Amino acid sequence: MSEGIGAPVKRKEDKRFITGKGKYTDDIRMENQAYAAFARSPHAHAEINGIETSAAEAMSGVIAVLDGAQLTGDGIGNLICGWAISSKDGSPMNMGAWSALATEKVRYVGDAVAVVIAESKEEAQAAAEAIEVSYNELPVAANIAAALADGAPQVHENAPGNVIYDWELGDGDATAAALAGAAHVTEMDITNNRLAPNAMEPRSAVATYDDAEDHYTLYSTSQNPHVARLVLSAFYQVAPEHKLRVIAPDVGGGFGSKIYIYPEEIVCLWASMKTRRSVKWTAERTEAFLTDAHGRDHVTKARMGFDSDGRIVGFKVSTKANFGAYMSLFSSAVPTYLYATLLSGTYDIPAIHCEVLACYTNTVPVDAYRGAGRPEASFVVERLMETAAREMGKDPAELRRVNFVKEFPYQTQVIMNYDSGDFEGNMNQAMEAADWAGFTARKAEAANRGKLRGIGMACYIEACGIAPSAAVGSLGAGVGLWESAEVRVNPVGTIEVLTGSHSHGQGHETTFAQVVAERFGVPLDSIQIVHGDTDKVQFGMGTYGSRSGPVGISAIVKACDKVEVKVRKIAAHLLECNPDDLVLEDSQVKVPGTNKALGWHEVGLAAYTAHNLPADMEPGLKEGAFYDPENFTFPMGCFVAEVEIDPGTGKTDVVKFVASDDFGVIINPMIVEGQVHGGIAQGVGQALLEEMVYDESGQPVSGSYMDYTMPRAEDVPSFVVEHHNTRCATNPLGIKGCGEAGAIGSPPAVINAITDAIGNNDVSMPATPAKVWAAIQASGTSMAAE
Amino acid sequence: MHSLNYHKASNASEAARLLSGTEDGKFLAGGQTLIPAMKTRLAAPSDLVDVSGAADLRGITVSGRDVTIGAATTHAEVAASGELRNVCPSICEMAANIGDPAVRHRGTIGGSIANNDPAADYPAAMLALGATIKTASREMAADDFFVGLFETALEDDELITSIGFTAPEAGAYAKFPNPASRYAMCGVFVARGDGGVRVGVTGAGADGAFRAGEFEAALGGEFSAEALNGISVNAEEMLSDIHGDGVYRANLVSVMARRAVAAAS
Repeated sequence: MSEGIGAPVKRKEDKRFITGKGKYTDDIRMENQAYAAFARSPHAHAEINGIETSAAEAMSGVIAVLDGAQLTGDGIGNLICGWAISSKDGSPMNMGAWSALATEKVRYVGDAVAVVIAESKEEAQAAAEAIEVSYNELPVAANIAAALADGAPQVHENAPGNVIYDWELGDGDATAAALAGAAHVTEMDITNNRLAPNAMEPRSAVATYDDAEDHYTLYSTSQNPHVARLVLSAFYQVAPEHKLRVIAPDVGGGFGSKIYIYPEEIVCLWASMKTRRSVKWTAERTEAFLTDAHGRDHVTKARMGFDSDGRIVGFKVSTKANFGAYMSLFSSAVPTYLYATLLSGTYDIPAIHCEVLACYTNTVPVDAYRGAGRPEASFVVERLMETAAREMGKDPAELRRVNFVKEFPYQTQVIMNYDSGDFEGNMNQAMEAADWAGFTARKAEAANRGKLRGIGMACYIEACGIAPSAAVGSLGAGVGLWESAEVRVNPVGTIEVLTGSHSHGQGHETTFAQVVAERFGVPLDSIQIVHGDTDKVQFGMGTYGSRSGPVGISAIVKACDKVEVKVRKIAAHLLECNPDDLVLEDSQVKVPGTNKALGWHEVGLAAYTAHNLPADMEPGLKEGAFYDPENFTFPMGCFVAEVEIDPGTGKTDVVKFVASDDFGVIINPMIVEGQVHGGIAQGVGQALLEEMVYDESGQPVSGSYMDYTMPRAEDVPSFVVEHHNTRCATNPLGIKGCGEAGAIGSPPAVINAITDAIGNNDVSMPATPAKVWAAIQASGTSMAAE
Repeated sequence: MHSLNYHKASNASEAARLLSGTEDGKFLAGGQTLIPAMKTRLAAPSDLVDVSGAADLRGITVSGRDVTIGAATTHAEVAASGELRNVCPSICEMAANIGDPAVRHRGTIGGSIANNDPAADYPAAMLALGATIKTASREMAADDFFVGLFETALEDDELITSIGFTAPEAGAYAKFPNPASRYAMCGVFVARGDGGVRVGVTGAGADGAFRAGEFEAALGGEFSAEALNGISVNAEEMLSDIHGDGVYRANLVSVMARRAVAAAS
C-alpha cells in the first residue's frame, strides 16, 4: 500500500506550516489579554536585599507588579526534579529550593525576581526595567571546577561543596582489576561542551483564569502537556488537575528544552488568577539563551583497557556533570541512567564502572537536550576506541569489529539488555558508502590543494523508547513512562486517533496516520491525529527520548487491536462468516474470494446505529489503550565523517558524511531521513561550532547569535543516509526510534576525523578554527600539507 | 523597542534640520546596527531621522579613476555597480560579501563607516583605498577618521554625505568571517596605487581597523604573497575573545594578507 508503513508519504502537516498558517502559542490571542515581562537578575549569585516596585507600578499600562514573596504567600510550590538519585553511600540527592520567582537569593544571570503584567508587551518591558532590586553580590561558582574547588561559594545551603550526588554504576573492583591486568590502557580527559537548545520557536505561554468556573487554561510550548498539567497541579499547586487545561498547539522545535515546566508558565497562570486577565509571555531570543535549560556540560576522565588481541577488558569512567543553579525536571536522570547505562557502546565489555559527581553552579539549569546523556556516552566511548586504535597501531574499524556485540539478547554490565542488531553490518555498509578504502587517494589529492584531509568513524548506540515503567520506577523515576492512545472510528468511517505523544516537528500527523491506514486498509486522509490538549486526550507522557515511535505508536497499535476485534465481530455478524476469515483492505471488510464484503464506513455506521449488533455488544466503535514498553529500544549505527582543514586558518569543512543506521522498522523513510539530517546538523554544530560560554563571574559570553554559532546550511555537506535495519524484538511493530541518533553519533565521528587530519588528538569541542589551528601548530602538521 | 518619533528626510540639509529639533535623535540609514540595538533595548533614541531616502546622499559616480559614493548607498548598490566594478572591482567584491542579502539591501556605506564597528568590512577598505570621508562641513582622510572601537572623528550629529577615493591599480579583500556573526574576524584589504601599497585590516585589531605598516613596506618592494613571509602584526595588539586569541588573529592577518595579495596580483 502506497500510504502505509514504509511509504515516503509527504507530511500532512506541512501545508499549514509552509503556508504560514501554523498556530503557535504566540499566535493565540485571548480577549482581555495582558502581557508579562520579567525582571531578571543581572548577577550570577547575589542576595536580594529589597525589591522596590512603586516606580514600575506607577507606569503607563501597568496592571500589576508581582514578586516571589507574593507567589510563595499564595502557596505556589517550588519547582521539582522528578527523578530521585541516591549517592554511593545511599544518601538522597541534595535538591536546593527553586522558587518560580526568587525570594532571598538569585543564583544565575536571568533568574526571575519579579513580573510585570501590563496592557502591552512594551509597557510590561519598560516597567520591568524600572523595578529596582537591591542586590548584595556574592562570590560565584561559574563552572564545574570552580564549584568543586575547596572553599567554593555555596550555591545551595543544603548541598555541601555544591555536590548534588556522588553516584556510581557497575563493578568498581572488577573494573580496577581488569585495568590493572590490561596489556594496554588508553586514558583520556574529555569535555562535553555546554549547548543552548535554540528551538526555532521561543518558549511562550498564554494563561487564562476563568473565575466563573474557577478554571485555568494554559497554552504552552510544551513537549508533554499532560506532564505539565500533572506537575503544575501536584507540585506547584497552581490548580487541581480537573481545573486546569493545558494545550500545546503547534510547537516549533523542542530538542528536550520544552519538556520542563519553567517558572514563566507557573507565573503566568498565577498572575492570571491575581489580575483576572489572560496573561501572555513569549521569550525573546536573549531570554531563551538566559533561561532555556542548557544541555551536556560534562567533564570526564576515562580509562579503557585492552588485552593483547585488542579486546576490551575493562572501562572506567569518572564524570563531573554541571547541573546549573537548580535541578531541572529530568536533570538527575541525564548523567546517570541515560548516560552510564550506554557506556558499553556497541561492544562486549566485561567490566565497566562509572562514577558521576553532579554539582551546582551559578548558571542556568542543565537538563536533557537531543540525545540527553547518550551523546555524552557515545562521545566518550568512540573517542576512546579511536584513540586506543591509534595508540595500539590497529585499524580503528578492525578494533571495533573484534569488540562488537554479536549475539542477542546481550546483557551489558550497565543495566541495558540489547535485543537486536547487526553492528558489523552497519559498519560495513557505512564504510562502503563512504569509500573508506579510497580515502588515502583523496587525502593525497587534498594535500595538493593545501588541505589536510581526515576520516573518522563512530559506532553509536542509544537507548530509546523510554521506558518500562516498573524498571524506571525502581531506578527513582517519579512517573511511569508508558503511552496512551484512543482510536475513534466515526459513524461515517473516518478515524480520529488521540495520542499522548506530542508533535513539535516530528510529523506524527503523517506517520501515526500511516500506521492506522495500513492497519484498517483505509485512506490516509480519512485519519486525523489529535494531540496536545489535555481536554481531548485523557493522558500521555509526551515526546522526548525518541519514544513516540516505539512507545506512542505501540499504544496506537494496541488500541487498533481492540478496534479490529470489534470490527471483525460486527462484520462477521452482518456477513454471517467467521471473524478470522475477514481481511481489512481497500476500505472494505471482506472475505477474500467471496462476495461477502462490507464497506469500512458500513461497519462504522452499524456500530453507531446499533440496529443489528451481535448479542451483548455495546454500540460505538472507540477503544483506548495504555502501552507500557517491556524494554528500551536500541537504535544504533555507524557514522563516517570526512573533513578538510585549511591549515592557514584552522577552519574545518565536513566534506562527506555517511550514516548507516539501524532504526528497526521504519514507517516513513522520508521523515526518518529528515530526522537524521537534522540530528547530524546539530551534532556537527556541537562538534565544530556551538558552545554556551560563561565567564568567571557567571556572565554568559555567548548569549546571542553574534557569539553563539548555530550550524548553517553551508556548514554541512549533502548527507548520505543508509539503513541496515534489524527488527526491534520488544514492541509490536519492531520500531526502534530515530529522533536523536544523528546528534548522538556525529560529534565523535567529526572529532575523530579532525584529529586524524591534523595528527593531534588533543582537540576539544567545539573544534573552532582557532582551536584547530592551535592544535596544528602544536603538532607541526601544517608544513606537511604545504 | 521603546516608542519614538520617526522623520524621513528628502535631502541632507533637511536631515540636519530635523535632527536639530529633537531631544535625543539619531540618524537612521540602513538601520542594520541601530535597529537591532533598539530591539534589544540597548539604544533608545527619542527620534529617528531616516536619511535612506535623501536623494543627495545616494548614488555612485565615477570620473576617470575618481570614485564618489553617496553615504546612503547600499552595499548591494556598491556590489552591483558596473561603473564602479570597471575601475575598482575589489570594493564591489567586498560589498557583495557583507552580511546577508537583507543586510546588503538595507545597510549603507555611510552607516557602516560612521558606526566603525571593529569587525565591519568597510573601514579596512577605506584605509586601504586612502578614502576621503566628506560631511556637510568638511573632509577627512580615512587615516584620521577611524579613531577607535566604534569611535570616529565625527562630531555629534555630523552626517557623512559621501566617500571619495581614487581607484587603485590593483586591490583585493580577503576575509575570514567570525563563525557566529559572520562579521570579519579578520579582513585584509590590499590596494596598490600611485602612492604605493596600502593594507587595511579589520576585525583583528584591539583598537579597531588599522593599517599594517610593515606589510605595506614589504609589498611596496615586491607585490607578492611571498614578500610577506616572516612578517606579522603584534599579537599583543590584536583582539582576544572566545573565537580566538591574539596569536590566532595575528596569524589570520598574515594569512588573509597573503591571500588578498595573491588575489590582487
